[in-house]
Amino acid sequence: MSKDSARRISAMNEDLLRPLVETSWRFWLLVAVLGSIVATGLGTWAYQMYRGFGMTGINMPIYWAFYITTFVFWIGISHAGTLISAILRLVNAGWRRPVTRCAEVITAFALMIGAMFPIIHLGRPWLFFWLMPYPNQRMIWPNFRSPLVWDFFAISTYLTGSLLFLLLPMIPDLALVRDKTTGWRHRVYGVLALGWQGTPKQWHRLESAMQIMAIAIIPVAVSVHTIVSFDFSMAPVPMWHSAIFGPYFVAGAIFSGIAALIIAMAALRKFLHLEEYLHPVHFQNLGKLMLMMSLLWTYFIFNERLTVWYGNASAEREVFLVTQRGSFAPLFWTMVACNFAIPFVILSIKKLRTITGCVIASFTVVIGMWLERFLIVVPSLGHKYLPYTWGHYRPRPVEIIIVASTFAAMVLLYVLFSKLVPIISIWELKVGEHFVADATPQEAAEHPLLKAHP
Amino acid sequence: MKALYALYPDPNAAQRAVNGLRDAGVADRDITIVSGEPIEQHELGHRDHATYMFWIAGAGGALGLAFAMWLTRMTELAWPLPTGNMPIVSWWPNLIIMFELTMLGGILAAVITLLVTAGLPNWKPKLYDPEVTDGKILVGVENPPSGSIPAIERALTVSGARLKTLT
Repeated sequence: MSKDSARRISAMNEDLLRPLVETSWRFWLLVAVLGSIVATGLGTWAYQMYRGFGMTGINMPIYWAFYITTFVFWIGISHAGTLISAILRLVNAGWRRPVTRCAEVITAFALMIGAMFPIIHLGRPWLFFWLMPYPNQRMIWPNFRSPLVWDFFAISTYLTGSLLFLLLPMIPDLALVRDKTTGWRHRVYGVLALGWQGTPKQWHRLESAMQIMAIAIIPVAVSVHTIVSFDFSMAPVPMWHSAIFGPYFVAGAIFSGIAALIIAMAALRKFLHLEEYLHPVHFQNLGKLMLMMSLLWTYFIFNERLTVWYGNASAEREVFLVTQRGSFAPLFWTMVACNFAIPFVILSIKKLRTITGCVIASFTVVIGMWLERFLIVVPSLGHKYLPYTWGHYRPRPVEIIIVASTFAAMVLLYVLFSKLVPIISIWELKVGEHFVADATPQEAAEHPLLKAHP
Repeated sequence: MKALYALYPDPNAAQRAVNGLRDAGVADRDITIVSGEPIEQHELGHRDHATYMFWIAGAGGALGLAFAMWLTRMTELAWPLPTGNMPIVSWWPNLIIMFELTMLGGILAAVITLLVTAGLPNWKPKLYDPEVTDGKILVGVENPPSGSIPAIERALTVSGARLKTLT
């Protein structure tokens, strides 16, 4: 190891462990603000439970609204991490190294928050365990032919897989924190590191397990959002009962997931001073990926809309018209601007595809994708086959507060995680360093991290 | 635990020490190598490479599939409620549960195999030096037989590394 390499490794340890051992007043202020918002959300949920579900704007015929919209939204956001990380691991893309953990954390927390929404949506949330596959006292089991039970299995499998996918490569880094800290931190991280030593056998087993999990988690991620789409497409409701919903939902999920990842990475880069590790090239690459997903999303929505318009079935035509020209039109065209027009302009022009440009495009995509989910759920339920069943929906304050507080919860969980665990995988970065230093033959070389953007 | 070890700045020096220990008659299973990252380009990093983990994960997946088939079929027959004009045992929707539990079985089997074969968790004292986190590679021998200590010391210091002892 050259002196230069030793110096770089030492600087890497220092830079990436600094957030764990140094705490400024700004951190506590941020935690206090976010914690207050989350507490308000929890209090509002308790109030909704106490007063009953009538506190919400949900009423016949629109039984699914803000909560289910946000459930689908968060499950979509969760596709950022594990799926992208697994694909980049399998293709051995060197530029993934600083990105993977930032992404995997989004998956874990977004899934946890998303999975809360069906429970919040239940009139009696304390009975949520009825979804679990065990029989009641009369030996009646949950109905495995129901898409809602498929959701339980899909989300539990994806959450378990994603948590393990996040936690396993953390073990060597927890051992590093153990070695670099003293006092209570040394003891706590010593326990969390599970006694990791770093023998060749342990490294091989870890890498083999990560490879297997990367292979397994990709189809699971695709299945999760396909199954979430089945919640809609299995029902004979206008503009829901469509075979395109599976891939359309998956594309939308990856699209919004990348947007969330870019926002998270930009925030980490700015506030934890990780400019040395999260380079503009990472944002540019993710920006290109997001542009591709924007075009794919546009292709899907064009397919969906054209088929409905051309088919001209009366019930579907009503939903089509109310979203294109009626009361939902402002939301629909805002969605098109946010998901297609703005990202397309920003991300397809090289000069605009900067970190700031990617972040602006990502914010519009996050807004646009939430609107997209809302426009899938509400207009169709409000315009079913017989006009006498039509209805309107307007969200009430409890719904708005609870939904808003989950965004604060996501940020809070992310901030706390990056305070407790190195948010960039240090050992994987070191491996990337050696790929650069060892002058690996061109055909076998990874995309070198530090040479990519000196 | 007694041990003799040295820390090396790069894999080449560590490889020379490992070769020296082999020449001194120390068996591979008695040589401890510890690093802060995987060492893929050198022979010393390829020890214990063979693993049945992929097969075990496959078996875990098969077990998950078998369990899902049993669970869905058994529960549908236990209280045969006609639902949505579907057959009582409906393989199309059951395929979804079977897929999810197959993947879950594979993932859990891989993780359990990792923990068992990598010896985790294990908080007992072992040969280790925190300097490996700074990029050093530790090569050492635990509980060396007293007769071969001079030869081990020579092998470990062959690249100019400083010998360390753990008593």
